[in-house]
Amino acid sequence: MSAVLILGATSDIARAIARAYAKAGRDVILAARHHDRVAPDVTDLELRYGITARAVEFDVLDTAGHARFFDALGMLPDTVISVVGFMGDQATSERDPQAADLVMRSNYVGPAAVLAEAANRMAARGAGVVIGISSVAGERGRAKNYVYGSAKAGFTAYLSGLRNRLAGTGVRVITVLPGYVKTRISEGLATPRLLTAKPTEVADAVLAAETGGRDVLYVRPIWRLVMAVIRSIPERIFKKMRI
Amino acid sequence: MMLAGWGRYPHAECRVVAPRSREELLAAIGNEPSLIARGNGRAYGDAALNADATLDLRHRDRFVGFDDATGVLEAEAGTLLADMLDALVPRGWFPAVTPGTKFVTLGGMLAADVHGKNHHKAGAIGDHVESLRLAVADGSVRRCARDENPALFAATLGGMGLTGVILSARVKLRPIETAYIRQETLRARDLDEIMALFEASRDWTYTVAWIDCLARGRDLGRALLYRGEHARREELPDDRRAEPLRVPPRRPHRVPIDFPALTLNRWSVTAFNRLYYGRARPGAAIVDYDRFFYPLDAILDWNRLYGRSGFVQYQCVLPKSASRAGLAALLERVAAAGAGSFLSVLKLLGPGRGMLSFPMEGYTLALDFPADPANLVLMTELDAIVAAHGGRIYLAKDARVAAADFRRGYDDLAAFGAVRAAVDPGGKFASLQSRRLGL
Repeated sequence: MSAVLILGATSDIARAIARAYAKAGRDVILAARHHDRVAPDVTDLELRYGITARAVEFDVLDTAGHARFFDALGMLPDTVISVVGFMGDQATSERDPQAADLVMRSNYVGPAAVLAEAANRMAARGAGVVIGISSVAGERGRAKNYVYGSAKAGFTAYLSGLRNRLAGTGVRVITVLPGYVKTRISEGLATPRLLTAKPTEVADAVLAAETGGRDVLYVRPIWRLVMAVIRSIPERIFKKMRI
Repeated sequence: MMLAGWGRYPHAECRVVAPRSREELLAAIGNEPSLIARGNGRAYGDAALNADATLDLRHRDRFVGFDDATGVLEAEAGTLLADMLDALVPRGWFPAVTPGTKFVTLGGMLAADVHGKNHHKAGAIGDHVESLRLAVADGSVRRCARDENPALFAATLGGMGLTGVILSARVKLRPIETAYIRQETLRARDLDEIMALFEASRDWTYTVAWIDCLARGRDLGRALLYRGEHARREELPDDRRAEPLRVPPRRPHRVPIDFPALTLNRWSVTAFNRLYYGRARPGAAIVDYDRFFYPLDAILDWNRLYGRSGFVQYQCVLPKSASRAGLAALLERVAAAGAGSFLSVLKLLGPGRGMLSFPMEGYTLALDFPADPANLVLMTELDAIVAAHGGRIYLAKDARVAAADFRRGYDDLAAFGAVRAAVDPGGKFASLQSRRLGL
């Protein structure tokens, strides 16, 4: 059965994606920094859906080790999804360059590098799908989360370029922009209901994007409109808005 | 955040803790001075509300093990019944006991010791639990079974989360040949007829009745009895025999808005009930398990039909010897008030299991009332009728019963209290309901 590799498998969104793919009959490889933490998910996925699942150790920040990581898998998955992300604390990131560096590497450098490694191998094979979970926060820098947002902006641009480069090689590159999602990160924040997706919604959208041939996906279509509006606000006004 | 049960009455501002890992979960139990576990929020009233800390267990929803030979499933407490059905019905296994909605968690089912349409044959869910793991107040995890911590085991089944937090459980399922039920529908013109039908249907695996709670006089107790058996393969229509365990998926409908509370009144409900009773076609049919067990699940958020102020489901059980008189008194009072609901359900239960578990041998009646002042008064009158007939109230539905009325119905409270005093002397596990009831 064709396999999907999920990078950053401990998050709520990653768990939902794993279930959606397993339900569709795909074998699943869960990659996480502490892979023993996803061992219960491996059992769960196999019992529920009758597919084959396994857990592997993976550190997105160890870019030098990414090639070795793929070699050790013993196969090249049909689909590779990066759900890796780290919000960090904006106020800390503003003052502490080390903290900002970690946010930037976790959301841009690491995910871009690992998906590039996967895509290059897929290009050699002539088939494959890489999917990056980016963020609408990358669409415009905002006072509240621009360190995270700038990293996501880099990741989004990287995916765009990768897609451009690999068009015609049989490798597809999909960018997913979830908007607000009900996860542990957003817990306690009052996000607008209309704009807030459940992790299962993100998962279904990702799977649908793969099967349906989409390139860039807003999980809730309303976000396309919201971000169009936010992008169109002139900078001299935007800078005073503090949104 | 603002939380409520399925009836959306009452609401309370609760601090919600939603652990992902086992370590986070155990840390929360250790650190919080007062907390209650919550599953998918299907208890109707205030059983899973605690302002200090309400533990959202829905992320703890993994299958841990399943034995295809014996049908024993081990799963984390937050696992949804719907997920068990999705995974295990196609493999020929069905829950030994299921409540009327599949959007409940395993932990919630155990904490309420839920019963189903087969209670007279199979008992409650607790009768099919092999063992469970319970995190208790001192931070330890205890394995409980009939032969290990038996008193704690008995108190936890139906214990409404007051003995600790159920982490996982092993439950036994029953084998099925098909995903379908062979159903018969029978009409009963009054209370005596429906009670006679229940008696005559004792050998059926599943029995339940919808009762017109606004019918009076000669028609008092007018009802439709549904009884069912798991269909065998050869009983299915030809086109379903090839894949007998597969049910074509249904698209659920959603109630998009809160209905104005006025939508439900004496006249609309009377008209609905008359129509429902009149149009029901007595006879036999093959229906899929979803339609038979979970008709309301097809309408997501149906609780919004009762408007913003919510509703209370009133469910009581009366000892069998007092059931005829008690039911008549309850139905008379409800019909006189004209306060009935679409969803009035009658069922004959088998013997119960004690402690805080609800079922006892006799008739259980469940009615929905919009949560308005008149109905809250009416329900205290019903409490008096229930108490006078030796009955009791179901805590999974309750949002408002007075401590004294509740206590009169449960004769095993001292045993429950003793277990709790031993395992949770500081009263760490508490809900708005347990405080109201002095538990």
